[in-house]
Amino acid sequence: MSSSVVAAVSPTRQALRRVRRDRSARFGAWLVAALIVIAVAAPLLVKLSGQDPYTYHIDLLDPAKGGAPKGALGGVSADHWFGVEPLTGRDLFSIVVLGLRTSLAIAIVATLITTVVGTLVGISAAYFGGWYDGVVSRLLDFLFGFPQLVFMIALGIIVPAEFPRWLLLILVLSVFGWAGLARLIRGQARSLATREFVEAARSVGSSGWHVITRELLPNLLGPVLVIATMAIPGYIGAEAALSFLGVGVPPPTPSLGRSISDSIVWVYTGTDPWFMVFPGIMLFLAVLGFTLLGDGVRDAFDVRLRRAN
Amino acid sequence: MPDLLWFVLRRLFATVLVMLALSLAVYLIFYALPADPARLACGKPCTPDRLEQARHFMQLDQSVIQQYLAFLKGIFAGRTFGEGAAAVQCNAPCFGYSFPLARPVTTLIVDRLPVTLSIAIGAAVLWLLLGVTLGVGAALKRGKLFDRLAVGFALIGIATPSFLLGLLAILVFGFWLNMVPVNGYVPLTESPVDWAWHLITPWLVLATIQAAAYIRLTRAQMLEEMNLDHITTARAKGAGERRVVAVHGLRGVLVPIVTIFGLDLGALLGGAILTEKVFSMQGLGELLISAVGQLDVAVVVGVTLFSAFLVILANLVVDVVHGVLDPRVGHA
Repeated sequence: MSSSVVAAVSPTRQALRRVRRDRSARFGAWLVAALIVIAVAAPLLVKLSGQDPYTYHIDLLDPAKGGAPKGALGGVSADHWFGVEPLTGRDLFSIVVLGLRTSLAIAIVATLITTVVGTLVGISAAYFGGWYDGVVSRLLDFLFGFPQLVFMIALGIIVPAEFPRWLLLILVLSVFGWAGLARLIRGQARSLATREFVEAARSVGSSGWHVITRELLPNLLGPVLVIATMAIPGYIGAEAALSFLGVGVPPPTPSLGRSISDSIVWVYTGTDPWFMVFPGIMLFLAVLGFTLLGDGVRDAFDVRLRRAN
Repeated sequence: MPDLLWFVLRRLFATVLVMLALSLAVYLIFYALPADPARLACGKPCTPDRLEQARHFMQLDQSVIQQYLAFLKGIFAGRTFGEGAAAVQCNAPCFGYSFPLARPVTTLIVDRLPVTLSIAIGAAVLWLLLGVTLGVGAALKRGKLFDRLAVGFALIGIATPSFLLGLLAILVFGFWLNMVPVNGYVPLTESPVDWAWHLITPWLVLATIQAAAYIRLTRAQMLEEMNLDHITTARAKGAGERRVVAVHGLRGVLVPIVTIFGLDLGALLGGAILTEKVFSMQGLGELLISAVGQLDVAVVVGVTLFSAFLVILANLVVDVVHGVLDPRVGHA
């Protein structure tokens, strides 16, 4: 029976194979890989371009146009690959790649934190059930359907000015983000918690912690991976939104959201729409890449995520 | 329908409990403010005597529980700060008093609310219409061009941040094609036509972003629904295809849509806040953000609680609609 050996490919391996066959997932994976390389190598790329995101180049601006860059495409040149920022003349390429780095770093750390918390809460609620599950589910529903953005903005007032803003962003995104993940993971764990092997483990006297970590968690790694991947674009968008509203990463640290926010006036008047286009495309690609990858991974692991229950 | 009435009463009771717990939590959190609002109000130079006076006047010398109870009382009965000729009156429903702006928070909110609500309600109506019609259409024409277009449209909506799409829309339709105003808000009472004309782009932008998830959901649900037995039965009884889709198919789709809509109300408010910034409209978001910058804690707490209450109450309405659409909900 050689065929049974051939068929005995692990589910993870099968899933990876399916990702490779899915065209949009493959595109998403390449895009994500490229973005991560750019984000990691951003300081190097900036050095390679011979620029930095802080130096003003007033000489490259046109006073007659209210401080918009001279030349076409927002001042694109051999020195300034994405042109320069209006009013200050700072190098836009440096700002965009370093902004991507900030964005991805914050989103990925927030994803890691919320995945750990969401997994623990979600699985334990599904396993223990009863009043604990009742309380947790109510809390999750409540946090999930909440005007989160309002609270994220409001929390800025109670944090001292010395407190690093990037850390605050990660904390705020995590505090409000874990509920969504916990909700989905609870849904996945619920059907598993009643299966025979869980029953068997319980009947030989295994502790709750043991069943959760040794029996349930390994069987949920696929769905957890899917849910975490699908959460990343949400965090990228939320970070950009907060920076866009002026309550995210403070200047002069480069940030895609803040650059897009700064570009509003130049878009209204049409004097320098390129100031919006370069950071905008980068942000769009980041969200698109992770969304496609997330969808692909979900289809590959064949996880049915129902937001409605 | 006594069942439904009980259901509504039970939900109403739970809602009030949630609002109380939430407002207490918010009060406890914002009591930890590092900057002293009284010191800001006192100005420079600030003698200890005057600081104490300011603190007493703003009722900051009371414990957090006392302040919280005074806040609750203010919502129902109004409250007065200080005594005699210098007293400041804050009428019910009083959501606090902003000393830096010298106005009750409720007045500030009422001034800004129409902007945010206009954006949110219009966009919600549009996105539900778009989401359900495109989703049903895609499901019925599965695999055809319309399906591909609708699914592609959904992907763009999911992958584009709303503020980015808003700016693009301004650039293309406002600036290049010069079809719509680029920014600004005109009150409905001033000119309904100008009101809608200034809001059409924000509505479309927000609806495009949000409709995406609804297109995907409706399409999946509709595909599933059309394979169920009751659809076959309806067809066997000779119902026309149009009737099968509109009456029998759609009913199963609407229930999950309403559930998701209830969960998205918070996101709707967030989307409206982002959109008002893109289109330079002075709504609740602008009020909140500038209050954070000015360390005006009364406005921050007032706006935060008010928007949370708004979303919670809207959720209650959605739940009741849900109960009417799907009688099983009431018995759960």
